[in-house]
Amino acid sequence: MASILRLRKLYYVEPAVKCSSVGFESLDQSPKIDQKLDKREDDVICANNLALEVKKKRKQAKEWRCMDSCCWIIGCLCTTWWLLLLLFHCWPVTLLRAPELPGPGVRLKREGLMALHPVVLVPGIVTGGLELWEGRSCADGLFRKRLWGGSFSEIFKRPLCLLEHLSLHYGTGLDPPGIRVRAVPGLVAADYFAPGYFVWAVLIENLAKLGYEGKNLHMAAYDWRLSFQNTEIRDHSFTRLKSKIELMYITNGYKKVVVVPHSMGAIYFLHFLKWVETPPPMGGGGGPGWCAKHIKATMNIGPTFLGVPKAVSNLFSAEGKDASYIRAMVPGVFDSEILGLQTFEHVMRMSRTWDSIVSLLPKGGDAIWGNMDSSPEEGHVCDFSKKSHSQTSLSDNNVNNSDVKRGFQVKGVAKYGRIISFGKAASVLHSSKLPTVDSKEFSQMSTSKNLNISCGEVWTEYDEMSRQNIQNAAADKAYTTTTFLDLLRLVAPKMMRRAEAHFSHGIADNLDDPKYNHYKYWSNPLETKLPNAPDMEIYCLYGVGIPTERSYVYKLSPNSRCKSIPYQIDSSLSGEDNSCLRGGVYFADGDESVPVLSAGFMCAKGWRGRTRFNPFGIATHIREYRHKPPASLLEGRGIESGAHVDIMGNSALIEDILRVAAGATGDEIGGDRIYSDILRMTERINL
Amino acid sequence: MSLLRRRKPINESSDSKPLLEKEEEEHHEEDPDEDEDDGSGKNKKTPSKIKKKPPPPQSKWSCLDTCCWFIGCICITWWLLLFLYNAMPASFPQYVTEAITGPLPDPPGVKLKKEGLEAKHPVVFVPGIVTGGLELWEGRECAEGLFRKRLWGGTFGEVYKRPLCWVEHMSLDNETGLDPCGIRVRPVSGLVAADYFAPGYFVWAVLIANLARIGYEEKTMYMAAYDWRLSFQNTEVRDQTLSRIKSNIELMVATNGGRKVVVIPHSMGVLYFLHFMKWVEAVAPMGGGGGPDWCSKHIKAVVNIGGPFLGVPKAIAGLFSAEAKDIAVARALAPGFLDNDIFQLQTLQHVMRMSRTWDSTMSMIPRGGDTIWGGLDWSPEEGYSCSKKREEDDTQITDQAGAENAVCKVRSANYGRIISFGKDVAEEPSSDIERIDFRGAIKGLSAANTTCRDVWTEYHDMGFAGIKAVAEYKTYTAESIVDLLHFIAPKMMARGTAHFSYGIADNLDDPKYKHYKYWSNPLETTLPNAPDMEIFSLYGVGLPTERAYVYKLSPHAECSIPFKIDTSADDEDTCLRDGVYSVDGDETVPVLSAGFMCAKGWRGKTRFNPSGIRTYIREYNHSPPANLLEGRGTLSGAHVDIMGNFALIEDVIRIVAGASGEELGGDQIHSNIFKWSEKINLQLEKKTSSR
Repeated sequence: MASILRLRKLYYVEPAVKCSSVGFESLDQSPKIDQKLDKREDDVICANNLALEVKKKRKQAKEWRCMDSCCWIIGCLCTTWWLLLLLFHCWPVTLLRAPELPGPGVRLKREGLMALHPVVLVPGIVTGGLELWEGRSCADGLFRKRLWGGSFSEIFKRPLCLLEHLSLHYGTGLDPPGIRVRAVPGLVAADYFAPGYFVWAVLIENLAKLGYEGKNLHMAAYDWRLSFQNTEIRDHSFTRLKSKIELMYITNGYKKVVVVPHSMGAIYFLHFLKWVETPPPMGGGGGPGWCAKHIKATMNIGPTFLGVPKAVSNLFSAEGKDASYIRAMVPGVFDSEILGLQTFEHVMRMSRTWDSIVSLLPKGGDAIWGNMDSSPEEGHVCDFSKKSHSQTSLSDNNVNNSDVKRGFQVKGVAKYGRIISFGKAASVLHSSKLPTVDSKEFSQMSTSKNLNISCGEVWTEYDEMSRQNIQNAAADKAYTTTTFLDLLRLVAPKMMRRAEAHFSHGIADNLDDPKYNHYKYWSNPLETKLPNAPDMEIYCLYGVGIPTERSYVYKLSPNSRCKSIPYQIDSSLSGEDNSCLRGGVYFADGDESVPVLSAGFMCAKGWRGRTRFNPFGIATHIREYRHKPPASLLEGRGIESGAHVDIMGNSALIEDILRVAAGATGDEIGGDRIYSDILRMTERINL
Repeated sequence: MSLLRRRKPINESSDSKPLLEKEEEEHHEEDPDEDEDDGSGKNKKTPSKIKKKPPPPQSKWSCLDTCCWFIGCICITWWLLLFLYNAMPASFPQYVTEAITGPLPDPPGVKLKKEGLEAKHPVVFVPGIVTGGLELWEGRECAEGLFRKRLWGGTFGEVYKRPLCWVEHMSLDNETGLDPCGIRVRPVSGLVAADYFAPGYFVWAVLIANLARIGYEEKTMYMAAYDWRLSFQNTEVRDQTLSRIKSNIELMVATNGGRKVVVIPHSMGVLYFLHFMKWVEAVAPMGGGGGPDWCSKHIKAVVNIGGPFLGVPKAIAGLFSAEAKDIAVARALAPGFLDNDIFQLQTLQHVMRMSRTWDSTMSMIPRGGDTIWGGLDWSPEEGYSCSKKREEDDTQITDQAGAENAVCKVRSANYGRIISFGKDVAEEPSSDIERIDFRGAIKGLSAANTTCRDVWTEYHDMGFAGIKAVAEYKTYTAESIVDLLHFIAPKMMARGTAHFSYGIADNLDDPKYKHYKYWSNPLETTLPNAPDMEIFSLYGVGLPTERAYVYKLSPHAECSIPFKIDTSADDEDTCLRDGVYSVDGDETVPVLSAGFMCAKGWRGKTRFNPSGIRTYIREYNHSPPANLLEGRGTLSGAHVDIMGNFALIEDVIRIVAGASGEELGGDQIHSNIFKWSEKINLQLEKKTSSR
C-alpha cells in the first residue's frame, strides 16, 4: 500500500514540477498545432495552480486503457518490491538482527565447556517430518518430498490426496496397501517444523557452539503416527537407535549419551528403555546392564508421561488438538462454518488411524487425574488477568468473549477429575446427583447398536452408532479418565481394540506380574520399572505458567448429518469470574499442552527416591521454566517462553541441557527448580 | 486501488465527447478536496480543450511510465505462465515428451517390479569426490548465518555472494589436511547428501527412485556420506566415518534377516570402499577390528560405477595447473566464470590453493607407474585411433571432431607420456628427446615473490630455475609424474604420501603393506577373503577421455601458475585436441583405469585376489540424448550421467534383488579393455618365496 501511495504522489507532483521549470511544451509532445492553440491558456494554468495540471494529466491518463494502468501499477509494485528485496539482500546480516545477548552456547563456550557426552534428540508427536516413498497416482511427483512438515504446500494443493496418504490402515495401524510414508531421517527431520518455525534448530545450533556435530549428535526420528512397537516392526527404529547409541558411545571415547526427548518422545524413549533390555524377538536383547552402560541422563522436555487431556478431546471430537499450532497457522480454514464440517471430520478420520495419539490419553486413571469430586489440582488459581496468560490463551483457545480479559480470581473449584462432562451442570454438580456411569451399560449399548449404513462410506466410527446411543452416552453425564476410556471403547471400538494392543493406561498393582513384560505396558511409567542404572539421571524440564487444557464440557452437536461428529466442545460456556472454565474448557497450570501433573509427577513423586517404579533409585530432577512471553515482536517466539514447543528456544533450558551434555550432574546445575504447585499436587495423589 | 477507480470512468468515455464532459464534471464533484483551490474558472476551459485535441497522446508517457508498464506486462505474463505451470497436471510434460518422441520405456524400476523383483539385499551407496554435499557447523564471522547450510552442493549461492569466505571455509589446513582452526565443515548425512548435486542435476536420485519402486526405503538404503576432501583414513580419525559405515552395514544386515549388503560405490567412492574393506579387517587401533571374515559375512557384492581404480590423468592436470579438473562439473556450471581471462588469474589460483589442501585429490593420481600407464614409447592403449573407432562404431558420431574420411594411420599417440612440453616432444621417438633431469635441480630463490604470498600454491618457492628445470625434462610418464609433483609441491605431496601410495607391490606379504596408506591402492593390497563376494565394474565407454597432456610455460610467470595446457596443439590422427590426448572412457576415467582390475588384475585367483572373488565387467556404450527433452539421457555413458542410464540401473536392481553376475549375463564389453590389459605386463602369480 505504501508504494501505491508514494507513486500516486509522484504522479501528481511530477508534471507540476516539470511545468514550472521547463514549461509545458517539454511535457506535452502532442502535435504542435494543439500546443500553440493551447499555449496561452496553458501558461496561465501553469503559472497559477497545480490542480489544473492534475486535471490535465488526468486527461492524458484517460487515453490509457484499463489494461495499461493495470500493467503500470503492477510494474511499479514489482519494481518497488525488487528494490526492497535487493536492499534486504545487500543489508549486512548483523544490522537486521536485533541486538541480542550471546546465546547460551556462546556463553558456555567462553566458560570453557566442551562437547563431552554424545547427544540423542528424540522428537515428539507431530513435529517430525514425513516423506513419501510410494504413493497412489494422485501423489505423482512427490517421491521423497515432505508430506508432513516443511511448507505444507501440498495440503493446500491436493488435500484429500494428502489425507489419504497420511492416514494409516484402520485395522492394523500400519501402512495402507500401496502407500509408504516414512519418517525423514537425520537432523533435518525436526529442526524446523515449517519454514521459520523452529523445533530443535535453536538447541542444535547452541550444541554446535560447544563442538557438537554429526558424529556426536543424533536425531532419533521415527514415524510418530505408529504405535511405538510398530515403529520397530516396520522401520526397525529401535534397533537403529540402539545401534546408533552404541556407535556413538564407542566412537566418542566411551562417553555415555545424554538423551533429550521432547513431548511424546519421552514415553517413546521410556518404551525404548524397556525394549532394549528385553530379549529378542520382542525386545532388543541389550541385557539388563545396557542402560547403565550407555546412558548418562534423559532430559525430558515437556514430557507427556501421564498423557495429556488434549488427546481426549482430539480423539473424541477432533478439537483442541495437540497440533494446536496447525490451527493457529490456518485458523480460518478449520473454524469456518462452510469448511469446518469437512475439515474436522477429515482430520478425525485421519488422526484416529494414528495409534500414537492413543498413547497420549491420560494414564493412571482416577488415582492420578482425580475422580468425580476431587482432583490433585483442586484449588488451582486461574489467574487469567496476567497479560502473559491472556495473550497466549486468547489466541489459542477460541475464546469468544472478550470480557474475560478482566482479571478474576478463583473462589469456586473446578472439578478437574471429570475430564468430560456433558453440559455445564454435569461439570459442577456433586457426583451423587449425577447419573452413574456403568461400564456394563456400555457393553449393553454397544451390543444393541444398530448400524445405519445410509451414510455410505464409513468415515469415523461415529457413523456406525445409532443416534440413540449417542444421546445415551451424553445425557448429562460426566466422565473421569477411567470411564472415559470406556466411553471411547464405545464410540470407537475398532480403534481402541487396535490401539490397546499397544498401549495401556492403568496403574500396576504388582509390577512383578509377568504380564507386564508385554510391550504394551512399556510406555506407561506407572506399569513399568525403570532400568537398573543407578548412575543414570532423569530430568523433567517443562514450562509452567500457561493455562493448559485439563477437562472439557461437551454438548451434542446440533446437526445429525451423515459423517458429522456428534459431539463438540460447548465453546459458549465460560465460567463467571471465578472459575477456570473458558470456552468449554477447564484450564490448569502447564505448558499449554501438557499439564504440570503429567509432566512432573513421575519426577516429583513416582520415581523420586527408591519406589516400586524406580527400584534402583535413579536420581530425578525437576526443572521448571516460568513462561514469559516475548517482549516485542522482534524477539520472535521468545527466549524465555514456556510453551510446549517454544520452550525449545528457552535460554535457561538450553543452558541446562548444554551443561549436562558437557558433563554436569543434576545437582551441579542446581537440583530442582520449581515454580508450580507440583509438590502439593502430588501429595494428594495416593499411590 | 483508488487510482484504478478514478481512472476507469474516464477511460471508458474517451471516444464519446459529450459523455466525457459529464463524466468530467461528475468527477470533479466527486473529488472536491483535490480541485478545491482551482476555483470555478477552470471548468469552462476543459471541455473546449478536449474538443480540439485528438485523442491519442500515448507518446506523453514518460519513460518511467513506459518502464513500469513494460515490467508490469512481463510480470503478468510471468505469473500467468507460472499459474498455468502450477495448474498443469503433473503428467503433462511426460505427455508432451511422449507425443514427440514416442512412448517412453518404463523406468527400470517399474519394469522389473512387473517382473516380480522385490527388495532383497540392503544397499549402501558410496558417493564419489565432489558430488557429496558439505555443510557448515562452525565458521568464521564472514560465514555468519550459514550454520548447517550447504557450502558445497545445492545452489552454490554462497560461492557467488562471498567467494573468498567460501574458499577459506572449503580449504583444509595445509599441514595436517584436517580442519583449519575455528572452521568445521562436515558432510551432509543421509540420502540427501548426494541425491542431487545441484538442483536438477541428479547424481543418485534416479537410482534411488528406481530402487524405491521395488520396495527399498530408508531402512534398506544407506548413503555412506563422507567428507570427500579428507584423505580416507582421516575421515575415520576426524569423523569416525568408517566406523559409522561399519556399524550401519552390520545394522542393516541384522535388521534385514541376515541378508548381505550390496555396496554401490561411484567414482572415488570405489577407492574409498577398497580402503574400507581393508580397514574393517585390520585390528583395532588402526582398523575397525572386524576380523578377516567380516567382508564375507556382510557383503554380497561391490558394484563399482565408473571406478578410477588406477587413478585418472585428469587429477594430474588438476594438481599441476588447476585445469581440466575432475571438478569439471563445477566448470560446466560456470564455464565463463572460470575461463574468463580477467578472472582467470585469481580464480584458478584460488581453486588450486583450495584443492591442493584436499588430500583426496591425491588419491586419484595414476597408480602403477609405467607398468600400467605406459612408458615413453609404449602404452597399453597404443593403436587406439579415434577416427578408426568411429568408423567401426556408428554411434560415436558426436564424440570426435575431424574429417569424415580421415584415413586411419599407423601413427598413434604416445599415451605413456602423460605430460609433454610441446607437441613435438609428445610425438618424437624417445631417443630424440633430450632430457635434463629435474630432480637434482636447485630451486632458485625466486625474486620478489613475497608479493604474492597470499595465494598459496608452492610455485613461488620454486623460482625460475625450478620451473625451467621442470620444463626441460620435456616429458613425463606416470612414474616420473609422481616425482614431478614431489618437486613442485613438496609440502602437499609430503602430506599426501602419508596417506596414499602409487606403486605396485612386489611382495604383498611384506608387513609394510599393513599400513593404511596402501589400502586404497588395488595394486598394493589383497582383496578380502570372501570367495562368495562378487565385484562388478560398471562404466561408460565411447566418450573421449583425457589421457595425456601437452603443456607449455605460461607467459607470465610471476604470480600465476607457471604451466598451462597448450590448447593450440591439435592433431586429429592422434586424438590430440586442445592440448589433450584423449582415449576411450567415460569422459573422466579412462577404460584402462576403470576396467583393468576386473579384467585382469583380479580375474581368477591372482596375488591381488587370493580368494578368487569373481569379477565382472559391464560396459555401457554412450549415446547422447536424442533431444533436449530427455535431459541428460537414459543411455548416457558419461561419468556422472551414467547414474541415470537405464541399462545400468536395471543391472543394479537385478543384483540387489538377488541375481549373481552370471545371471546378469557375465561380462558386457564394448571397448578393447581385454586387448589392452593383455599388453600390461603385471605379475599376477604370487612369487614363491625363494629369496
